[in-house]
Amino acid sequence: MISSYKRGWYSENKIKSLYGFLSFLLVLSGAVSFCNVYIPRESPLHVEIFTITLLGKYLCLAILALSIDIVWGYCGILSLGHGAFFALGGYAMGMHLMLQIGDRGVYGHPTLPDFMVFLNWSELPWFWVGFDSFWFALFCSALLPGVLAFVFGWLAFRSRVTGVYFSIITQALTYALMLAFFRNEMGFGGNNGLTDFKDILGFDLQSDAVRVSLFLCTAMTLSVAYYLCFLLMESKFGRVVLAIRDSEERVRFLGYQTEIYKVAVFVFSAILAGIAGALYVPQVGIINPGEFAPLNSIEAVIWVAVGGRGVLYGAVIGAVLVNFAKTRFTALFPEEWLFVLGALFVLVTIFLPRGLIGLAGDRPSNSGETSRREF
Amino acid sequence: MSIKNRYLILLILIPWTCLSHFAAAWERDLRDKASLLAQASLRETPGIVADLETFGEPALPLLEAMLNGNLHSRRSDKRLVIADSQSAEQIPIIDAVTAEKLQDSRKRLLTKVRVNNQLRKQIRRIISRITLGSPNASVRHKAVDNMLYNLNPQSIGLLAEAKKIETDRDVLKLINLTLAINDLRTSDESQVLLDATNTVRGNLEPIVFNTISTLLRQHEANQRIQDDEFFLRQIKRVHAELQTKIKFYQLAERFYYGLSLGSVLLLAASGLAITFGVMRVINMAHGELIMLGAYTTYVVQLIMPSYIEFSIYVAIPCAFLVSGGVGIMIERFVIRFLRDRPLETLLATFGVSLILQQSVRSLFSPLNRQVSNPDWLSGSLEINPIFALTYNRLYILLFALIVFANLVLIIKKTDLGLQIRAVSQNREMAKCMGIKTDWVDALTFGLGSGLAGLAGVALSQITNVGPNLGQAYIIDSFMVVVFGGVGNLYGTLVGGFSLGVINKFLEPIAGTVLSNIIVLIFIVFFIQLRPSGLFPETSRVSK
Repeated sequence: MISSYKRGWYSENKIKSLYGFLSFLLVLSGAVSFCNVYIPRESPLHVEIFTITLLGKYLCLAILALSIDIVWGYCGILSLGHGAFFALGGYAMGMHLMLQIGDRGVYGHPTLPDFMVFLNWSELPWFWVGFDSFWFALFCSALLPGVLAFVFGWLAFRSRVTGVYFSIITQALTYALMLAFFRNEMGFGGNNGLTDFKDILGFDLQSDAVRVSLFLCTAMTLSVAYYLCFLLMESKFGRVVLAIRDSEERVRFLGYQTEIYKVAVFVFSAILAGIAGALYVPQVGIINPGEFAPLNSIEAVIWVAVGGRGVLYGAVIGAVLVNFAKTRFTALFPEEWLFVLGALFVLVTIFLPRGLIGLAGDRPSNSGETSRREF
Repeated sequence: MSIKNRYLILLILIPWTCLSHFAAAWERDLRDKASLLAQASLRETPGIVADLETFGEPALPLLEAMLNGNLHSRRSDKRLVIADSQSAEQIPIIDAVTAEKLQDSRKRLLTKVRVNNQLRKQIRRIISRITLGSPNASVRHKAVDNMLYNLNPQSIGLLAEAKKIETDRDVLKLINLTLAINDLRTSDESQVLLDATNTVRGNLEPIVFNTISTLLRQHEANQRIQDDEFFLRQIKRVHAELQTKIKFYQLAERFYYGLSLGSVLLLAASGLAITFGVMRVINMAHGELIMLGAYTTYVVQLIMPSYIEFSIYVAIPCAFLVSGGVGIMIERFVIRFLRDRPLETLLATFGVSLILQQSVRSLFSPLNRQVSNPDWLSGSLEINPIFALTYNRLYILLFALIVFANLVLIIKKTDLGLQIRAVSQNREMAKCMGIKTDWVDALTFGLGSGLAGLAGVALSQITNVGPNLGQAYIIDSFMVVVFGGVGNLYGTLVGGFSLGVINKFLEPIAGTVLSNIIVLIFIVFFIQLRPSGLFPETSRVSK
C-alpha cells in the first residue's frame, strides 16, 4: 500500500523508521507479555501483572498523545480540550462495563447501575439504551468524540477562530463538560463516575489473562493508529495540513478551503482520543469527571512537547517517558510532582522547542528550514 | 464661700444621694422578692412572679432567664444566679439581679428554679407588658416586633392598650400593622378587614404577604367572608401590588448579585486586559497571581492580628507589590524568551501556575485559610425587609470601579500608558523612538499582575482562600476579555458586568452549574458570530 503513495513525498528513511518503530513496539509488547505469562514468578525476568497494566495505561496515553500531535504538531492547532474526547470515549466504554455488572451491584438491581438505584430512578435513561452491546459502545466511543469535534471544530474553524483563542475555548469546553458530568442529574454517576466493573465480553476484568490481552490490544491499536497517522500525514492531504500549519493564509489564497482540512484533522484526532479512552477505562477500572479536568488535557500537551511535536514517535516517546517519570516520582515524593511538571512546562518550551527528538537532531516533519509561523 | 453657694451645692447633692439610696433600696427589695423564688413551690411562684412585675425593667434579665430555664439558686447562699451553659463542669454564672459576674460554679452546686407551661405563659405576658411600657422606644419597638410573629389574644389586648399611649411614630406604625394583621387573620367583618387591608397596603414584611395570600385563598374557598364584590376587588389589588413589588425587589436583588459577580470578574479580568489585551501575552498563571494576592491579605492579617480593621489598607498595596513582583519575575525569566510564540507562552505560564500553586500548598497548607472581614465590611444595608445590600459586595463593587478607573487613567493619561500603547502597537518603531521596550514590557506585565493581586484582596473577603482559588477564575476572566474585545478596556468593563448579570439571571432557571455551562456555550457561539468581541479594537495598525 505504501508504494502507491511513493511519489517522492517522503524518503526511504521515513518508511524505515515507520517499520522500525512499529516492529519495535510490537516485539517489545509481545516480549513483555511473554515474560509475564510463560516465565515463572521466581525468575528475575518475570514481569509483574501490575507492570503490564501500567504499560497498557502508558500506551493508551500514547495514543492520546498521538492524537494531539496530529492536530498540534502537524496542523498547528493547540487543543487544550483533548482530554474531553478521551474522557467521552472512556465514558462510552464505562457505560457498557457498568451495564455488564448486571445484578452483581451493591443493590442487586437486575438492569440499573447502583448509582441510579441510589437516585431512585426506575428505568435506564434513553441515552443508556444500546450500551449493553460491546460493539455499540465501542462504536460510540469513537462516534461521540467525533461528532463533538465536528460540531465544535466546524463552528470554530469556519469563523476562523485560531491560535490561543481556539486553545482557550477548547479548555472552556472541557471545563464545561467537567462541570456537567459532576452533576448527578446528568445520569453518568456524578462525582463518583463509573466504577466497580466486573467483566468485559464475559471475561473477568481482574484476571491476568484479560489484563495481558487488554495490553496487547492497546499495543495493536497504537500500531494501527500510528500507521494510519503516518499514511494520512504523508498523503497529499497531509501536505496541505502541514502547509496550513506553516501559513494558513497562503494556503487559503492558493484556493484550498483550509477549514475543511482542519475540521477533518480535528475529527480524526478526536476519534483517536476517544478510542484511547475506551481502551484506558477497562484497564484502570474507573472513569470519573476528573478526567475532564483542564489540567489533564494540558498535561497531555506537554507529553507531546517533551517528546517532540511534528514527529509521530516523538509523541509516543514523550507520553511514555513523562508518565513513567510521573509514576516513579509520585511514589517517592508525592508533593513535589507538580513542581517537576511545572518546571517541565517552562524548561521544555524555552530550551527544547523541538522536544527530545530535536535534541537527537531529528527535524520535525517536513518543515525544512522555512520560517514556521507559530500560531 | 457664701451661704447661698453652699445651699446650691446642697440642692444639687440631695437628689443625688437620695437617688443612689433609692436605687440600692429597690435593688434590695428586688433581691428579697426574688430570693423567695428559690424556696417557693410551684403553687406559690405565680404570686411572686406577679409581684416582680412592679419592678419593671430591672427584673427583665431575671424573668427572661427564668423563661429559658437558666435561672438557678446557688446552694451555698441561696443567691439567684443565671447560668447559661449546660455542661457539668465550670459553669460561668452571673447574679440574676445585678448582672455581676460571679465565680464559676458546678452544676451540682446549683438548683434550677422550676417553671411549668402556665408559668411560662405568665412570664411571657409580664415581659411583654414590661417591655411595652419601657420608656425606651427601641425596646418597645423590639417588643412589638416580637409579638408580630407570635400573635395571641393577650398580646393583642396589650397592644391595643399600648397604642393609646404610644408617642413614637415608628412604634405606633408597627403596632397598627400588628393589629391589622391580627384583624386580617381573625375578623369576619368586611369593614374591619377592609381597614386592615388599607393599613398593611404596600408593606413588604413577609408576614403581610403571607396573611393577605391566606385571606385571599380562604375567600376564594368561601370559608370566611361573605361575598363582597368591593372587598374582594380591593384585597386582590393589594395582593397584586405586593406581588409586583416583591417581584421587583427580587429582580433588583438578582441584579445586585449579578453586578457583584460582575465586579469580581471585572477585577479578575482587568489585569488580563493589560497582559492579554494590550501585551497579547497569554498568562495562564494569572489565576495564581490572584491567589497570591489573597494569601498576602492572609499573611498581613497574621502579622497584625490586633489591627484587623486596618489590615485591608495594608494588604492592598502589599498584594499589588507581591503579585506585581512575581509577575515581573515571570516576564523576565519566562515570557521574554517566548515573544511571538503565543502557544508556547501559554504552556510555559501554565507550568509557572503549577509551580506557584504547589509552592503555596507546601508553604501554607492545601487546606483553605480563613481571612477575617473587618467590621465595616460585614453586615448589610437594609433597604426594606426583603431587600438588603451586603456591605462586602457593595464595597467590592466600588473597589472594582475605582481600580478600573485608575487603570484607564494610567493607560490613557500617563507617560507609562503612552509607552505601553506605543510598544503594543509597534515595538520596532517604539524602540527607534527611544523607548526602553524591555523595561516597558516588564512594567506592563507587573501592572497587570499587580491588578490580579488586588483582585485577590477582594476575593479573600468573599470566598475561602486556598491554593485552587485562582483556577476558578482564570477561564472566566479570559472569557470576559475575549467577550468584551481583546485590547479594549471598556469592553472588559461591559463584558465583566454583562457576564455576571447574565449568569445570575440564569441561575434560578438552570441552577448554578448549568448556568455556568450555558454562559460558556453562549460565549463560544458569540465568538463564532463576532470573533473580535463586543467592541472590536479599532486601530490603524495592521495586525
